[in-house]
Amino acid sequence: MTAELQKSTPQDGPRGAGGGARPEGEPLLSASGLSVAFTGRGGRGTARAVDGVDLDLHAGEILALVGESGCGKTTLARTLLGLERPTAGRVLFEGRPLAYGTRALKRYRHRVQLVQQDPSGSLNPRHTVYDAVAEGLRIHEGATADEERRVADALSRAGLRPPERFYLRYPHELSGGQRQRVVIAGALVLEPEALVADEPVASLDASVRGEILRLLLDLRADLGLSALVVTHDLGMAWNIADRVAVMYLGRVVEAGPVEEVLAEPRHPYTQALMSVLPESGAGEPQVLAGEPPDPTRVPGGCRFHARCPVLASGEAERAGVDTACRTQDPGVLSGSGPARVACHYAALGRGGD
Amino acid sequence: MTRSATAAAAPPEEPGAPGPGAAPGGPSRAVRILRYLGGRLLTAAVSLLAVMVTSFFLFRVLPGDPVRAMTEGREVSVEQLEELRRQFGLDKPLWQQFADYCLGILRFDFGTSYQYRVPVAELIAERIGPTVLLAGTGTLVAALLGLVLGTRAAWRRGSAGDRATTAVALTLWSVPSFWLGLLLIVVLASGAGWLPGLFPTSGMSTPGVQGGFDSAVDVAHHMVLPVATMVAVVYAQYLLIMRSSVLDEMGADYLTTARAKGLRDALVLRRHAVPNALLPTVTLIFLNLGRVMGGVILIETVFAWPGLGSLFYSGLRVPDLPLVQALFVLFASAVIIMNLLADLVYPLLDPRVRT
Repeated sequence: MTAELQKSTPQDGPRGAGGGARPEGEPLLSASGLSVAFTGRGGRGTARAVDGVDLDLHAGEILALVGESGCGKTTLARTLLGLERPTAGRVLFEGRPLAYGTRALKRYRHRVQLVQQDPSGSLNPRHTVYDAVAEGLRIHEGATADEERRVADALSRAGLRPPERFYLRYPHELSGGQRQRVVIAGALVLEPEALVADEPVASLDASVRGEILRLLLDLRADLGLSALVVTHDLGMAWNIADRVAVMYLGRVVEAGPVEEVLAEPRHPYTQALMSVLPESGAGEPQVLAGEPPDPTRVPGGCRFHARCPVLASGEAERAGVDTACRTQDPGVLSGSGPARVACHYAALGRGGD
Repeated sequence: MTRSATAAAAPPEEPGAPGPGAAPGGPSRAVRILRYLGGRLLTAAVSLLAVMVTSFFLFRVLPGDPVRAMTEGREVSVEQLEELRRQFGLDKPLWQQFADYCLGILRFDFGTSYQYRVPVAELIAERIGPTVLLAGTGTLVAALLGLVLGTRAAWRRGSAGDRATTAVALTLWSVPSFWLGLLLIVVLASGAGWLPGLFPTSGMSTPGVQGGFDSAVDVAHHMVLPVATMVAVVYAQYLLIMRSSVLDEMGADYLTTARAKGLRDALVLRRHAVPNALLPTVTLIFLNLGRVMGGVILIETVFAWPGLGSLFYSGLRVPDLPLVQALFVLFASAVIIMNLLADLVYPLLDPRVRT
């Protein structure tokens, strides 16, 4: 795999208000102190699905957002697209805060596209492939003279060749991989700058997954397309991403270039995730004990402490950080820059963050 | 569900190298369509046959002797009763009556009404227009109302508006149509208190009104109350079906896709959710159009509407066997034919059924 090392200058301090051309190194799309909370029915507690996240996606970069189900990664992706409103913090595109007015949002959605997990569900079953792909064009530009050429172009870029063969077919006549290619073509037709892909291959057969991932890499190489890929699969992150952000219970707990984070995970949570990968060779798989995370009851201190194997084994106590683990929030990691970890114990070892 | 079905139906094609492309595999399309058509037609024919047989025996099982009923209160001799029985063909053995009935149907001859003494076919021809007018209008208005209100309720599910709409519809649905009809007559037709009688109490037209436009207005005026009664009592089912199928669609990912592409919410609803949610409702409309013929008996009776429903009612009281048999066959055939039509229209609306 290739990993261009992203700009090594950390983006600290206030971002945004960039005005015209964005300076080199400024992220294309970023979350800044982003929180999204859902109020339960009948006042049954508030679910803090996303609970303070800084995350930057740079131009031409593939960023993997990794975590187990329920950790808030899909909510984060939806919020980045403006499909959910943040309860705190901001989404910034090219350094400017995302506006939620109808028109501004529409303009934004011309430039950032969504690919969802299940292509059978994300295509309207009664629309032909052609209509599905052309929809974005029609929304933003109305009927255009070169519509067919652009649809054909997008389809062949997405690997459906020759495109004319697919025009009049319906989603149910295609295989899962072909459907996901149609979804991707529907995104490409608008020539976006970034894709947000939420588990783009999770519902596909193993044999097709590699091809769809290959396609994402090709699109980045050919078009310079940035992508935020949400996944629960560390192996996939390893294969396609430049950078990875590991999310636990609404917060990014470890982030950085993919080789650093995944080859040498420092957060006990990342370590546990890595240890259960068969090919990781990390010795004994470490199965996390304790209750599964519940975003309506985020523990105090480090949000991972109740399940943390380092704390449970007494190692944290020997290092003298156990009180901090239980009482002190390790804080929010900055959105880009070198590998960072939100862990009191890991911070000791390497002078971390 | 779609996926497993697809796996079986679609030719195996690998994503990288699309297989035989647009040419669908398996037996040719025409053969499949013919097979589908043939299947539906056969089912419909079998149902029709069953209806004819049932119709004959059903009304003979019912209590009541037509000859007695028609001569009730009059002094008649045994000979006269026998004579009537002979005229009606009721003296023949049952199997022969059945054979006559079947042969008659083949020639569209349903016999002569006992009480009106005219061919049943003539009676029906006279009454079918008013019924189709009343019940057809009622069904269409109810369906339209239900679709619009159901969609709005689903779009704002859980809101006060949604709850009020649904509650009103359900309340009206549980009201008996004859009771509501009578109530409307009392309040809006007979005049109550300071209210003048706004609408006619019964019938379909005012005697003496002539001329195309005038009589059309007159008929429309007579239709207001019966149609309103019918709509009030039945629109709830369209509303509920539409509401729940829009709600089903609203969870669908393709709405998120459309929204994420920049489509306005109102258009997401109109272009994606509503057309797909319409499918179950269209089936319901067809089925109800089939029931239109026989479905408004109570309303026609209350409003003395000169349609098939009140004809059926008067036939049942005797029982006027040829008349009720014919009407029963007619009502049932309408349902079967509409069902068949729904089956034929559905593939046009939903590509998933086509393969």
